[in-house]
Amino acid sequence: MDTLVAQLQRQFRDYTISLYHQGFLDDQFTELKKLQDECSPDFVAEVVSLFFEDCEKLIGNMARALDQTGNVDFSLVGSSVHQLKGSSSSVGAKRVKGLCVTFKECCDSQSFEGCVRCLQQVDIEYKSLKAKLQDLFNLEQQIVQAGGRIPQVDI
Amino acid sequence: METDQIEEMDVEVLSSMWPDDVGTQADNQFNVEKPAGDSDTLKEVDIAEKRTMADLKRLPELLNTTDQGSSQLTNLVRQWEYMQDHAVRLLREELKILTRQREEAEAKELKIIEEHNFETEEPENVPVLDETSHLFRRFRQKKRDELVDSKRVVIDEEFDTVAYWKQKALSLEKMLEASTERERRLIEKLNESLKTMESHSAPDILGKTDVEIFHGGGVKESEDFKREVLEKGKASKREITFETELFGSKTFLIYVEPVYNKAREKIGINYMGMEVTDQVRKREKMAKLREDNAVRKAMESELTKTIHITEETMRAKQMLATMSHEIRSPLSGVVGMAEILSTTKLDKEQRQLLNVMISSGDLVLQLINDILDLSKVESGVMKLEATKFRPREVVKHVLQTAAASLKKDLTLEGNIADEVPILVVGDVLRIRQILTNLISNAIKFTHRGKVGIKLKVISQPSFASDKEQNETSVWICCDVYDTGIGIPENALPCLFKKYMQASADHARKYGGTGLGLAICKQLVELMGGQLTVTSQVNLGSTFTFVLPYKVATPDDHSDDQDEFSDMVDHHQPEPDDTTEGYFQFKPLLGSIYSNGGPVMGNNFLPHKAMLTSPIKLINGSVADPSNSSGQSQTVQVENGGYMDESESAHQYGNGNGHRCPSKESESCSSSQASSEMESELTVSSPREEEKTETEVKETSQPKILLVEDNKINIMVAKSMMKQLGYTMDIANNGVEAINAVKDTSYDLVLMDVCMPVMDGLKATRLIRSYEESGNWDAAIEAGVDIKTSESEQGCERSTDRLPIVAMTANTLAESSEECYANGMDSFISKPVTLQKLKECLQQYLQ
Repeated sequence: MDTLVAQLQRQFRDYTISLYHQGFLDDQFTELKKLQDECSPDFVAEVVSLFFEDCEKLIGNMARALDQTGNVDFSLVGSSVHQLKGSSSSVGAKRVKGLCVTFKECCDSQSFEGCVRCLQQVDIEYKSLKAKLQDLFNLEQQIVQAGGRIPQVDI
Repeated sequence: METDQIEEMDVEVLSSMWPDDVGTQADNQFNVEKPAGDSDTLKEVDIAEKRTMADLKRLPELLNTTDQGSSQLTNLVRQWEYMQDHAVRLLREELKILTRQREEAEAKELKIIEEHNFETEEPENVPVLDETSHLFRRFRQKKRDELVDSKRVVIDEEFDTVAYWKQKALSLEKMLEASTERERRLIEKLNESLKTMESHSAPDILGKTDVEIFHGGGVKESEDFKREVLEKGKASKREITFETELFGSKTFLIYVEPVYNKAREKIGINYMGMEVTDQVRKREKMAKLREDNAVRKAMESELTKTIHITEETMRAKQMLATMSHEIRSPLSGVVGMAEILSTTKLDKEQRQLLNVMISSGDLVLQLINDILDLSKVESGVMKLEATKFRPREVVKHVLQTAAASLKKDLTLEGNIADEVPILVVGDVLRIRQILTNLISNAIKFTHRGKVGIKLKVISQPSFASDKEQNETSVWICCDVYDTGIGIPENALPCLFKKYMQASADHARKYGGTGLGLAICKQLVELMGGQLTVTSQVNLGSTFTFVLPYKVATPDDHSDDQDEFSDMVDHHQPEPDDTTEGYFQFKPLLGSIYSNGGPVMGNNFLPHKAMLTSPIKLINGSVADPSNSSGQSQTVQVENGGYMDESESAHQYGNGNGHRCPSKESESCSSSQASSEMESELTVSSPREEEKTETEVKETSQPKILLVEDNKINIMVAKSMMKQLGYTMDIANNGVEAINAVKDTSYDLVLMDVCMPVMDGLKATRLIRSYEESGNWDAAIEAGVDIKTSESEQGCERSTDRLPIVAMTANTLAESSEECYANGMDSFISKPVTLQKLKECLQQYLQ
């Protein structure tokens, strides 16, 4: 019979692996995890929350820019997308980054519908990633509270 | 029943047992046996017998108590059994009669059916001589079973009723009608054919000899045959074809035998003929069918064999690719570890050993890359890109790279004809690969003199097909020439074959894998061109390849123009290096660089170790650069791409890796985010900075500047640097970077390319101009507010070249070419990983 800690650890491991396999995260996220140690035990959480705040802000900017019907400043949207692409690539948010690539193309070709669609998708994607990472962090918390150690997951 | 029985039963009257002479006197008064007057009463009494029900329960009791009873019972039983037997016997007889009747009826039925059956049978004229007679029989059977309906008469009514017979009569009548009809038709046909025969004048046939009736070559043949038989005296048969007037060409099987009289003398022959035309025809058809069948089967087996072979080949190739792939991962691990080791403290001997390890590992990695490349090109998986690039830049860069690690005293030349367009569309990565390979070969086999690249435009060569010609494509001929040891004529044909070196001696002396030229040839041919070689021993060789390119015109989506137009300042005149067509490089002798751009000396090491971009290039796929496989590959090839200074291994291996594909263009207009980021950055990471401040008080710590606008990237990069043991200063755009560089002497600058206010390329250019000229005039002209502070006068500001490493996001505007052109020393591709940073630091902070 597994102890609670072992169960939680297994859950954590499986969930993490599934996130990679489903393409939510990529190796850059693994890099981030390497940077977390005793000196900065919440590094990943900090970076990730910063990233999501950034997402929200950038998406807000882009939505406002796209709202100026008839007078959309595609270069503004494009630069926000560029920012988002850079951020998402740095934290390993694979799907968001992929969407940003498509988004950039829509900006370059000044396709309004394309941009709107991409914006919606990016919005959905970052929110779902946020939820998933939240779940992951909760699992971590539970493991720690139960007195266990967060397992190292090798992808 | 039992009651009846009882009635019928003879009741035995029991005689009196009382003796007669007993009790005459004494009992007279009591003797009632012979009542005198009562004897008649009994006679008179009529016992009306009526049916009474026997109590079955009582009856056995009664019967069992007396002997009479039991005997009567057995009688009863016996009677009953008799009755049953009788009944059975009667039934059996009945059954026998019925059976007999049925059999009779069936026999009658069969007879009637048989009488009708003859209509359904077909004439048995299957030729006996045919080998295929058994087939005909089978066919007939099948036909009968499946195609021909049974002509049985089916009557619905019950057998032997009036209705039955009526129906049967009706159906039989119908059948009769049908058969008479058929008969009539046959008679008609017969009459017709008779008429036709008569019309063809039967007298023509009757009474004529076979010679007279038949025509054609067969006549003579039959005559000969007859004579032969007569002579030989042996009967034999033969098939001969004749022509007849009436029926056309017919084949007869004739049997001739000699006839002897009693005296054993030949008096004549007996001649019998049978028409076998149809049979012959069928036989031939069958033979032909069989032949076709055999041919088809042979073809099929050939095909399956070929398919098998192809499958095997594909599998083998696939396996090779997979194996190479699998080998690469652990191998790069080994090399990576070796490199990390090299950053630790080692004594001289250890370092030497380690260098050997690293160089060997690199060699093997290159070999594997080559194999993969080759197998990819061969299996047709390699996809070519179509990107805009400047041929002059490519040539210049290849030569620069080669010159940077040149150990021999050779001159490297580049000559591009004026009519070569500024901008063309092609697969720049592959072209660079080819050029680098050819140049490295040239350098390898040349000990004195020069090595060079010559580009010129030619008209459509002979080997190109006409349909590929269109107005916007040019054929550019590229010669890579050298004054080296040359190639003997007999070795020329094998040169481009895999694993071939000019000779075994060459292989030993010069090393190499022998794959380079094969890859080049494949790539050139894949792009629709041709690679040839001319050479003279001891004088030199020239490798020539001709490729078609589409001419590109700079438009909205092209690189430079947009970027600069979005910049705040337009004052800085761009260096016009696009039309320069002649370069020359010499090793280690300062810059003879004739371009009007920023100084790019050759006596530094940066080009040697190219920090590579994602390997999707090597894989040839044009997939999204952010896919995870690309990421993991990055790590491996970086290890493979790194070279130690003392190694002069093939550089084209680096050529594989150090290109980032140019994708869409970027416009870096200012973003609100940047200013907000700055403030947030300071808020969010105070803890880090505190810690790092306490750590960094040692003077031996190198000073690193990170120029980046995205705060998340900053956070990640800072954390990585911290783990590696360094701290960084941050600047958020080009202007801040310039100010920082002005005020502080940095050992390394990591410069993001795309930033607001002023991008990385421009900032680098301005820094370089300062290094070159010693002043910040260019920067001031560009609008940078140069604050002169006391520290500037105080510290000794060296004009040593500041290592600037670009951090590119792999976009068109951020191609590594651009980076080098603007003064960068190297580049890291984003996203930044620990490994990349580590290597960069190793390289520039030694």
